[in-house]
Amino acid sequence: MNFSLTKEQELFQQMIKDFAENEVKPLAAEVDDLERFPVETVEKMAKIGIMGIPIPKQYGGAGGTNVMYSMAVEELSAVCATTGVIVSAHTSLCAAPILEYGTEAQKQKYLPKLASGEWIGAFGLTEPNAGTDAAGQQTTAVEDGDNYIINGSKIFITNAEFAHVYVILAMTDKSQGTRGITAFIIEKGTPGFSIGKKEKKMGIRGSATCELVFENCIVPKENMLGKLSKGFGIAMKTLDGGRIGIAAQALGIAQGAIDETVKYVKERKQFGRPISAFQNTQFQLADMNTKTEASRMLVRKAAYKKDAKLPYSVDAAMAKLYAAETAMEVTNKAVQLHGGYGYTREYPVERMMRDAKITEIYEGTSEVQRMVISANMLK
Amino acid sequence: MKIVVCIKQVPDTTEIKIDPVTGTLIRDGVPSIMNPDDKSGLEMALQLKDEKGAHVTVITMGPPQADLILREAYAMGVDRAIHLTDRKFAGADTLATSHALAGALRKIDFDLLITGRQAIDGDTAQVGPQIAEHLDLPQVSYLEDLKFDGDKTFTMKRHIEDGYQMLEVEAPCVVTVLSSANTPRYMNVGGIVDAYQKEVEVWGFNEIEVDEKDLGLKGSPTSVHKAFARGLKPAGELYEVGTDEAVGIIIKKLKEKFILN
Repeated sequence: MNFSLTKEQELFQQMIKDFAENEVKPLAAEVDDLERFPVETVEKMAKIGIMGIPIPKQYGGAGGTNVMYSMAVEELSAVCATTGVIVSAHTSLCAAPILEYGTEAQKQKYLPKLASGEWIGAFGLTEPNAGTDAAGQQTTAVEDGDNYIINGSKIFITNAEFAHVYVILAMTDKSQGTRGITAFIIEKGTPGFSIGKKEKKMGIRGSATCELVFENCIVPKENMLGKLSKGFGIAMKTLDGGRIGIAAQALGIAQGAIDETVKYVKERKQFGRPISAFQNTQFQLADMNTKTEASRMLVRKAAYKKDAKLPYSVDAAMAKLYAAETAMEVTNKAVQLHGGYGYTREYPVERMMRDAKITEIYEGTSEVQRMVISANMLK
Repeated sequence: MKIVVCIKQVPDTTEIKIDPVTGTLIRDGVPSIMNPDDKSGLEMALQLKDEKGAHVTVITMGPPQADLILREAYAMGVDRAIHLTDRKFAGADTLATSHALAGALRKIDFDLLITGRQAIDGDTAQVGPQIAEHLDLPQVSYLEDLKFDGDKTFTMKRHIEDGYQMLEVEAPCVVTVLSSANTPRYMNVGGIVDAYQKEVEVWGFNEIEVDEKDLGLKGSPTSVHKAFARGLKPAGELYEVGTDEAVGIIIKKLKEKFILN
């Protein structure tokens, strides 16, 4: 067993830390404040291959690993959780299922554009009445000659406004429940497809979270992803992978809050001493760091197992559950250690605490992760 | 066009702290980086490659761990990497270092040799010019910009104390580059994935053309007499006064120090 990074991973970590510090961090407060999607950061990430880390070189990707990808989402999220989720949704929820389930023609058509960052990807499963109960899909896809006609809507879709390609799920046979769901690849500009309301959110405010609206949207049959009626399985497997990304995002948020807090407690003086000299501060920091390091081990293990082609579904669920709850706890403590200043937007921990909350909710709530973990124990 | 860039691995001096008790450098945990001026030199070479097409080689002299900056250079886009390492090179000052590098460069065909102005660990700015002297090549130091006409002439902008010099220089030549010349690119993710698959050529004394007496400690005329940490400056005096009074105080202080008459 080896807990060390490889030389290649060390080199990658050096680059991504530099990039996050110099290109992403300076925009984080503004992106949050103005609810602005950081287009320029996506362009910079695209240029150096961050939008296609685990995509093989034959499809224009960097040919890297899921461990590297999780390290990227971690480091980006440590300074800006919005940027972290843009990369995570794009990579795990759009490029990954096309790579896994796409035909060769679909891979050739979509992956080079996604991996190069020329196109941004998104994923649509959630509906107003089908959240955790994903089987309650009401969006329908009806066969019509060489096409499918899609009607319905999807909500809370990350990257929605800025994406060019969407993997979406729709009912092709309502009577079959989860066995009647099929996945489709839909391009921006497809007739009958439009972007609906943009959400105003508590955190990750720079990521464009919108509704997708399908009104007699005509999708050619060749855009079906995977086989007819196999969409539910594709969605669940896709979310398994996505959870590594979100776990890495949560891990990054926690680490970012620790970094800010360590800096602050050394500078802030009360009763004639820096507050780092008080045992309460020291014990809080120790707990924050221990839990964050444990999150990191879980995230890296899940990513490693995915790379090694081992079953990783439970590992990804544990990583996401633990990292998300740790992010919430650590950012809460970080704000507390900052005192009144921590409650203001003068310090980034205020934003980090707001950003942390979503990691307990999206791509499977913490409750769903507990279901996945215990179901595996009791089977 | 063939370009060679000399790069050096240095401790990140912005991260170095002085032990307040012993007055010595705390080197533990200080990361090693590619010297910033050298990185700008490398960026200049890669920009020429992007614009005009060029074959870029990097070379470094240093201990085995200096391999890291050669991998970094591969991940930035260079075509060839050479690592000069041999016990005979150990303990070299700038002169012995430049002899070893010149010995290696005699084995490589190039039109342009780029070095950084100076390394942040020694700040001598001597190695680049010394290499040019050993190889008997024209040299231009303190470069801010360089253009290539596509044939054999470079147009260079050289930073001097009170302005700039514009120069035309024919290949082959040696230049030393300032870190203000450009912002070096990030390593490419795909380049990082490939960096450890590529070969770094390791050259020792036997691979280069140099006289052994010019190398290592024997070839180093520099001897360090004494090293010490400079004392901390005392806290300044703080006056909270209006502008006119402040100007008066500053003039009085400057006169006391005989800076003003």
